[in-house]
Amino acid sequence: MEKFMKARVIVTLKSGILDPQGKAIEGALKSLGVAGVASVRQGKVFDIELDGADKTKAEAALKAAADKLLANTVIENYRIEVVG
Amino acid sequence: MKSAVIVFPGINRERDMARTLKLVSGVEPAMVWYAESELPKGTDLVVMPGGFSYGDYLRCGAIAARSPIMNAVRTHAEKGGLVLAVCNGFQIACEAGLLPGVLMRNAALKFICRDVYLRVERSDTPFTRGYNAGQVIRVPTAHGEGNYVADTATIQKLEGEGGVIFRYTAPDGTRDEKFNFNGATNAIAGIINKRGNVLGMMPHPENHVESVIGCTDGRGLFAGLAQYFERAA
Repeated sequence: MEKFMKARVIVTLKSGILDPQGKAIEGALKSLGVAGVASVRQGKVFDIELDGADKTKAEAALKAAADKLLANTVIENYRIEVVG
Repeated sequence: MKSAVIVFPGINRERDMARTLKLVSGVEPAMVWYAESELPKGTDLVVMPGGFSYGDYLRCGAIAARSPIMNAVRTHAEKGGLVLAVCNGFQIACEAGLLPGVLMRNAALKFICRDVYLRVERSDTPFTRGYNAGQVIRVPTAHGEGNYVADTATIQKLEGEGGVIFRYTAPDGTRDEKFNFNGATNAIAGIINKRGNVLGMMPHPENHVESVIGCTDGRGLFAGLAQYFERAA
């Protein structure tokens, strides 16, 4: 069977960037009576499957994907996790 | 004035834009499909119109900004060619790196569709030569993500270099947060790049060019552009 790897790219808003959607979710959680919610920031998760089993190559491809498209680094940070 | 309107999948303002360009300049624009790799020879002005390219998936404008025609648009801009980017076009221009910053979700989380007042900050650009600096124009707006954001250094640079071309104001031109309906930083509605050849704006001047609509405040932008190219020819 051909080998492939699973990875996750997590994109989050940089601190200091206003997040109206996170604020709305925060308000909704509070109105639902969910206790102890101090604040909410919304982000995105991309689950990606990569051909091959070379971790270094996979990380390079994921970095390219995040820089070129998945994140807008003006407002967002990203984190790459290769899950195996 | 030879103009090219870029047609991305999912946009919906390309016909309004083409109609206005024809009406004001007398020349039918070329409609250029996003998958093309070249602009028609001799294109003076590239226009990226409004709409919802790729359904605003990922981030508004993000996927359109990476489509094949954008390499040609970038080359056109690098050579000094003019680019007018309206609404979704502005979002695409920011995502493509043609303009700094980004358009975020409106502060009140609502899609807002109504006329707004813009103060024209500079009249010494090819796009605004049909207006006087300080003049207030009324133009329609229709967007959910028009809240202009950039880091403090970028905003300072923009303001310092005269990069802010349109600002949301009260009808008399005074700054009032009440009229900054989408929460944009410094009430920024439109910006120009440092070279002065790429203009991005959220509102739709192309929809206020005929008296039958009740307002012609947007006409000056297109008339100014047409005149600019007539003089150059």
